[in-house]
Amino acid sequence: MQPIPIIGAYLSAANAPGGVMLPEFYNQLGAMHGTIMVFMGVVPLAVGGFGNFVMPLQIGAPDMAFPRINMASYWAYFVGGVVMLASFFLPGGAANSGWTSYVPLAVTATVGQTWWLLGMVLLITSSLLGSLNFIVTIFQLRAPGLTFMRLPIFVWLQLVTAYLLLLAFPPLEAAAVLQLMDRVAGTSFFLPSGLVVSGQILGNSGGGNPLLWQHLFWFLAHPEVYVLILPAMGIVAEVLANNIRKPLWGYKPVVYSAIFLGFMSFVVWAHHMFLTGMGTTMSAFFQTTTMIISIPSVVILTSLFLSLWGASIRFTTPMLFALAFLPMFGIGGLTGLPLGLAPTDIHLHDTYYVIGHFHYVVAPGTLFALFAGIYYWFPKATGRYMNELLGKIHFWGSFVCINIVFFPMFIQGLAGMNRRLYDGGIQYAHAQTAAKWNMPMGHAAFALWAFQLFFIFNFFWSIKKGRRSPSNAWDATTLEWAAAPSPPPHGNFPEPPVVYREAYEYSVPGHPRDFTPQNEPETKRDK
Amino acid sequence: MDIPYTVTARPDTGLYNGKLGIWLFLASEVMLFGALFSSYLLLRVGAEVWPRGETILNIPMAFLNTVILISSSVTMVLAWASLKMNQFQKARWCLIGTFLLASGFLVVKFFEYSEKFAHGLAPKTNTFLAIYFTLTGLHGLHVVGGMVVMAFLFGPGAKMWRVAPERYTNRVEITGLYWHFVDLVWIFLFPVLYLL
Repeated sequence: MQPIPIIGAYLSAANAPGGVMLPEFYNQLGAMHGTIMVFMGVVPLAVGGFGNFVMPLQIGAPDMAFPRINMASYWAYFVGGVVMLASFFLPGGAANSGWTSYVPLAVTATVGQTWWLLGMVLLITSSLLGSLNFIVTIFQLRAPGLTFMRLPIFVWLQLVTAYLLLLAFPPLEAAAVLQLMDRVAGTSFFLPSGLVVSGQILGNSGGGNPLLWQHLFWFLAHPEVYVLILPAMGIVAEVLANNIRKPLWGYKPVVYSAIFLGFMSFVVWAHHMFLTGMGTTMSAFFQTTTMIISIPSVVILTSLFLSLWGASIRFTTPMLFALAFLPMFGIGGLTGLPLGLAPTDIHLHDTYYVIGHFHYVVAPGTLFALFAGIYYWFPKATGRYMNELLGKIHFWGSFVCINIVFFPMFIQGLAGMNRRLYDGGIQYAHAQTAAKWNMPMGHAAFALWAFQLFFIFNFFWSIKKGRRSPSNAWDATTLEWAAAPSPPPHGNFPEPPVVYREAYEYSVPGHPRDFTPQNEPETKRDK
Repeated sequence: MDIPYTVTARPDTGLYNGKLGIWLFLASEVMLFGALFSSYLLLRVGAEVWPRGETILNIPMAFLNTVILISSSVTMVLAWASLKMNQFQKARWCLIGTFLLASGFLVVKFFEYSEKFAHGLAPKTNTFLAIYFTLTGLHGLHVVGGMVVMAFLFGPGAKMWRVAPERYTNRVEITGLYWHFVDLVWIFLFPVLYLL
């Protein structure tokens, strides 16, 4: 086995002697990568960050409905994050049973798992407080005239997301409490009778059910996937509408699809469990619901694609990211279908194909949408544009590299290569044919990292030195651009806005400009 | 800058912010306890032997606690009703009464728990006791949470009555909604754990 180039030298001898990672350390990194990116990265950024900043501005609200609960939500997140990261320094290191924390492995794991559970309880509390705040804000604080069918798509998708967070997270909280009891109080909720660990019978009371954990976990974690993707779709819809300079195609189908998708996401969870022996009847039910839930996703994606038809597109940096989202999310979504069908999942389960599918959804999917959102709303938050040239280098570099990282995973997975192999499969006969892809993937990952430096530099440089933007930086119709200064002051709006129009009135015939803000009063010509 | 509808209801939803907030919070609580009750079902259905609650647990004490909690819900409603009729002192005593009943509940629970521990019955003894302690323990935490809010309302938080009586009344109302939920959870817990 070869040592990891460059960074291998900086890893401690306890974790990676000679630069070669020990399996235990690899497992920690795997488990914590998933946890950190999902619960401390994407959700706080997409919902806590964008939702909190953009949503009140788009609905014409002075603030969130409960500013103190907002604060409490942030601090719960902060403490939860500290607990999670601190667990790396415990004896035995951080949690190492995968981000799914499957039992009984997780119950018998090192103390890092207990901290993981405590951290999760705090992070869940944070999401819970945030989500109820979002729902109340959207229902109660909409500006006069802003009816539900005039809401920007982003607000709609945040609303559905908030419901998912509100109702799907508590079962994981329950599951975390039960696992905590198993670990700390010695109960056997998830431990079957006569469990043998390392050749010895565990002296537990038994009678527990390992499948119970998986049901509770995926009952959260499948809606969680939609929590990761819906805000991203919302951002893409906003950026797209602004840069195609015409109304989005299919506003209502998108809204109804999102609501339907929200409901359906609660009845698909066991498609992660086809191989657990839960029975063919259950599998048949869950693969059917899984096929049904793909329909609203396709409706949303198709509406966004069709919106491009006949548009005169402005290829700004946010638009490039938003445009890249469409095919990338398309690949991620379509490769999910074979995983949602029990017969094909038998072959693909737990292979690199799963990793490729999931990362196409959240990396060039959600993350690209988040980049689009940052480039798009940066002038609102700071009053300055980000640099276009650096932005375009960042985009093209990331776009090429990220595909080299994730696309070979489909090939590896189809060849039968497992995930969670600490040596990259080099010691396993069945992985030999596909392991050669590790090298280009690894190099592309380093290059991908390097291209993010352009973004980081651009971000901080533009705060001070970027080109100044007018308050409506992109000639947009929605309230955050049309009615609030950049950056918005405390209270957001100089005077409470009133809404007269739908969200995306771009290029309305007969109007002097190619955009008509939502707060522009109707004239005789409109009627 | 004022946030709208903190006290008065928004015409199209018919709710003030706090009330919608507490209903959403309770919805998530339903999911929390729903998940735990579902776990109970799954564990019980899958178990080879499952002790009947009456053989291990003390039904008279639990019945006493049921009476105590239902009474505390009554005093909670009376507190809100008194504020609506502008009788602040009466409301305050009702809140204190609710607080005392809640403490009574915890005292009874304490005796129940210590009796179990004295007989060597702990969460790790078997799955029935595990789910019993988890469910009642989590419910007990909810009782404590409610008591903290009540203590604030009849203690330092009572000043608000003089400056913003409507807002104070709303606070008591949503605390009441929460308290009835805690009561309701117990009304499910009692038969599920003790009687069935």
